[in-house]
Amino acid sequence: MTPTEIRAAASDSPPSRSVLRRFVESRNGLGLLFMLPAAAFLLCFLTYPLGLGVWLGFTDTTIGRPGIFIGLENYAWLLDDPVFWLAVFNTVLYTAIASVLKFGLGLWLALILNERLPFKTFFRAIVLLPWVVPTVLSALAFWWIYDSQFSIISHVLMGWGWIDAPINFLGDPGAARASVIAANVWRGIPFVAISLLAGLQTIPQSLNEAAVLDGATPWQRFTKITLPLLTPIIAVVMTFSVLFTFTDFQLIYVLTRGGPVNATHLMATLSFQRAIPGGQLGEGAAIAVAMIPFLLAAILFSFFGLQRRKWQQGGQD
Amino acid sequence: MRRRDLLKSSAGLAALAGLGGLGGRAFAQEMPTFTPEEGASLRLLRWVPFVAGEEEAWNANTQAFTEATGIQVQIDQESWEDVRPKAAVAANVGSGPDMVMSWFDDPFQYPDKLVDVTDLCTALGERDGGWYDGLRAYATQGDRFIAVPLCAIGNAICYRDSHMQAAGFTEFPSDTAGFLELCKAMQANGTPAGFPHGKAVGDGNNYAHWLLWSHGGMTVDENGQVVIDSPETRAAIEYAKQLYATFIPGTESWLDINNNRAFLAGEISLTANGVSLYYAAKNDPAMAEIAEDIRTTNLPIGPVGESVELHQTSTINIFQHTPYPNAAKAYVAWMFQPDNFNRWLEGASAYCCQPLRAYESNPVWSSNPIHVPYSKASASLRTNGYAGPLGPASAGAMADYVLVDMFAEAVTGQRTTDDAIANAVRRLERYYRS
Repeated sequence: MTPTEIRAAASDSPPSRSVLRRFVESRNGLGLLFMLPAAAFLLCFLTYPLGLGVWLGFTDTTIGRPGIFIGLENYAWLLDDPVFWLAVFNTVLYTAIASVLKFGLGLWLALILNERLPFKTFFRAIVLLPWVVPTVLSALAFWWIYDSQFSIISHVLMGWGWIDAPINFLGDPGAARASVIAANVWRGIPFVAISLLAGLQTIPQSLNEAAVLDGATPWQRFTKITLPLLTPIIAVVMTFSVLFTFTDFQLIYVLTRGGPVNATHLMATLSFQRAIPGGQLGEGAAIAVAMIPFLLAAILFSFFGLQRRKWQQGGQD
Repeated sequence: MRRRDLLKSSAGLAALAGLGGLGGRAFAQEMPTFTPEEGASLRLLRWVPFVAGEEEAWNANTQAFTEATGIQVQIDQESWEDVRPKAAVAANVGSGPDMVMSWFDDPFQYPDKLVDVTDLCTALGERDGGWYDGLRAYATQGDRFIAVPLCAIGNAICYRDSHMQAAGFTEFPSDTAGFLELCKAMQANGTPAGFPHGKAVGDGNNYAHWLLWSHGGMTVDENGQVVIDSPETRAAIEYAKQLYATFIPGTESWLDINNNRAFLAGEISLTANGVSLYYAAKNDPAMAEIAEDIRTTNLPIGPVGESVELHQTSTINIFQHTPYPNAAKAYVAWMFQPDNFNRWLEGASAYCCQPLRAYESNPVWSSNPIHVPYSKASASLRTNGYAGPLGPASAGAMADYVLVDMFAEAVTGQRTTDDAIANAVRRLERYYRS
């Protein structure tokens, strides 16, 4: 068919077909059509599993038996379950402390790496290592470091005569929380540091030079120039960092499985323990769904709290 | 003599013993014959073997089955914690493996999806001296066998003989009171004991269940009513507190591997474990001294007056969705032929304990005194969630560490005894809600 013939055929076609044709040829219609694959992808691989998870949370499904709708029964039970609340407390504590430490140390590291250093690229590559090593591997290494009998830290300190008995890293609730947080911080710093370093390099050097000429101190330059210009990237980086930390699973599972006596159980690990080995899919799903409000709050905070300052858009504070 | 040599030479003995002792009886009893369906082939899902010899023997028996019948058997392995969800999905979707070698109460998660194997199991029981009560309970619903009991993975105390003697004991105490004295004396000597109070799936649950049961406590009664709030449970917790005070510090963080590590490094001198601990020492020339010094014995008897333990247990379940149920039964019957089953028990070198009493005479149990306590696993075994029914509730309560947590909360002082029990009651009532 030649183009003329096609046009002729089109004009002969019934109105419904021409509507379709107009839809396809219109800018918006075509756009919608092009978005269909992506939408289908999202629907299949994001919306459906999420929706299924939420639905499971309202049922008493166990592994091996389809459940029935039981409304909020799972949530009512969790509301009354001290282990669940302990997990919520642990998760919030873990996320808060680890994120603050990761941000502080990561920013510090980024500032150092942004200075003129010998072997700069080498150091930048080294910094990424903890991030690159698979979590399970680094968690296993930490497992040995924190072992109640064979810890290298205890060994060295005992060799120096500073302590008499091995430190009970993962046995005491306080020490166990500190230990898992330290491991998480070690693993998370590179992501924060490298991302902030990228942000630092986008800050024009001329601003700093002008400030130096005006007699600004290094601290003033940091607080008045670097930090404000870095806020958007901080918002994004910390959002991701908080999300990763809040949903952490592997580290805890390898180090303690939530012990001692649930002192390091996070919502993610508790959800897994009850859903898969325990078979209570409905309850596990409810715990996972209970994480969503916290995650949404974290996202909203960093986007509206950190990024939407008026001065960032040229207005007054 | 290396372990492998020992196994080889004793395997010959086993074959002879199997033929002479059990073979004779086999002819006396009528076994039903299962004629495999035309063109049958089978798939078995099993846990990843812990002992290489066990896998070799199982596969060799399977190979012989294929040669004798022409039925191909494909064996898939999953790590032992992944078998449960995989099998449950297969049961519900109605496709996948034809048989599964599963753990604990798995048959009761999907009893309606399993082939009735009463004919096979009754005949096996009559031929081979009868099933042990505990293992039979893991496979029967009413009078019906819904699964074939395969084995118990024995748990026993492993200790250093020289350290026990140095603590002033010539014989290992057989009751809980004497055991506490031993642990106290060993701690005073700087060679303490250690049992996991952490989330150790196997060892932690074994220890917690022994504590409760040896003192006469139980989680639920026959009807699934929660009865853990009892004087017996209180006595068990008080006893656990006293024992915990004698342990090496840090046991509340222990996972399954920690007690092995600490024992092999000489940090603790007494713990409970599978026979694998002994073989880890024996197979390492650097640990010859420890291997020589290791002795094993059963966990002491408490006020309840008999030896009661959890142990890990395994059954073979045949799914109803298999197009070849007779071939599957023929396969299981083949594996349970005395020669084959003896070879398999030999290969497992005391890791697996027989489900049928006739195999008590398997030479693996007399070949090494270390093995002896493990031969009693099937006899001392109690079902999970005793005395309640098996099913999703008992399985969930164990997987959620209800008992492990109760003891850990109390011994570490995180909760009082009463609060720890009250918390266990809440959690158990949730699992056992109708």
